[in-house]
Amino acid sequence: MKAPRFAYARPASVAEALALLDKHKDEARVLAGGQSLVPMLNFRVAAPKVLVDINRIASLAGIKVTKNHVRIGAMTRHVELERSADVARQLPLLASAMPHVAHPAIRNRGTFGGSCALADPAAELPACAIALGATFVVAGKKGERRVAAEDFFKGLYATALKAGELLLAAEFPLPKPGYASAFGELARRHGDYAMVGVSAHGSKKGGKFSDMRIAFFGVGDKAQRAAGLEKALEGQSDVDGALAKLDGDLDPRADLHASAAMKLHLAKVLAGRVLKELVA
Amino acid sequence: MNAPAETVEIALTVNGERVKRTVPARMNLADFLRNELELTGTHVGCEHGVCGACTVRVDGEIVRGCLMFAAQADGCKVDTIEGLSDSREIEELQSAFVLTNALQCGFCTPGILMAAQALLRDLPNPSREQIREYLSGNYCRCTGYQAVVDAIEAVAKARALRSK
Repeated sequence: MKAPRFAYARPASVAEALALLDKHKDEARVLAGGQSLVPMLNFRVAAPKVLVDINRIASLAGIKVTKNHVRIGAMTRHVELERSADVARQLPLLASAMPHVAHPAIRNRGTFGGSCALADPAAELPACAIALGATFVVAGKKGERRVAAEDFFKGLYATALKAGELLLAAEFPLPKPGYASAFGELARRHGDYAMVGVSAHGSKKGGKFSDMRIAFFGVGDKAQRAAGLEKALEGQSDVDGALAKLDGDLDPRADLHASAAMKLHLAKVLAGRVLKELVA
Repeated sequence: MNAPAETVEIALTVNGERVKRTVPARMNLADFLRNELELTGTHVGCEHGVCGACTVRVDGEIVRGCLMFAAQADGCKVDTIEGLSDSREIEELQSAFVLTNALQCGFCTPGILMAAQALLRDLPNPSREQIREYLSGNYCRCTGYQAVVDAIEAVAKARALRSK
């Protein structure tokens, strides 16, 4: 189908975008890359009165490395993350996740901020942001605020963003020495949404895990950490022994592709591969 | 800044020609190219970004024509299958598709040619696996992809030989 009627606005600055969002409140939606929102419009799952197109706000795009972190602007396109030498060097977890995000033509339009603000439970980037301990920078009428990635994702397509707020960027801390990360995803076909995926980051000094942050996606209503598994790995090198903890960490729901039991099984297999790769 | 509006004036370059139109904000780029400009080589299949039949180039990069509004292409440079064909940019790919019988009904072919040309630009000598991976966003319901991969591989190899 085609998108329903809407009024289109293309602000040139964050201030203009915020003014539009404030004026139109719940009747407005932000149009970032549009690779999920436009299908939702075409399916008539979403029917906002006003679309606020933030594609021409230059300050929202780009990747910046500072002394303490890598700042990824909300309008940074997937293809830029995929090709960025800074991301490959500082945030290899993101670099290895990008080829799994849909297809090249989608990655040319889709954005980092759009994916995070939509909070699809099977999307890669929210889990990466959680595993790497990123902080989201959000702007509203009253100014900017910061939200830790773990607190940003609230549930199925739900985030900490309030009506009238705009996601500006995420700040990823530079990795500490001795820390490493690994990514894995299972999908029926390359580029499809994940049946299950995992992002892991932590210290592997002396061949033992510590300070692990392990985030799963595609197995619940949002990207989520596996606290039991993380705790069981602390100071250990035995992956297989710790994987049983996932029974308590995850409560996957069956979907079109897999039963709940199969998803839990796949999560263990995948986490096993990823963690062994990480500590190898 | 203009207030939100249901119709938008746009000016863009399509296949090298300047175009100005007033369009409904809800009109996607693929429909704009087909219905306003009569460039019907861009096909509309699934209308939700899955099939790849509407693939066009915007500012040099392939995108889904159904997942972008014409209003967003204001000021952009758009290339369609007609442009790539007329400029002979994809001549070798077209010949290879004919030779290997890489199309039957032809519905997916414009999108696949757009994607194949982008692949060979970024990765001049792809493996068959890489070709399949790159084309995972383009559906063909006739060929089973084998001949499509053959055609793209043949062009890559011919180009590699020539550049030696």
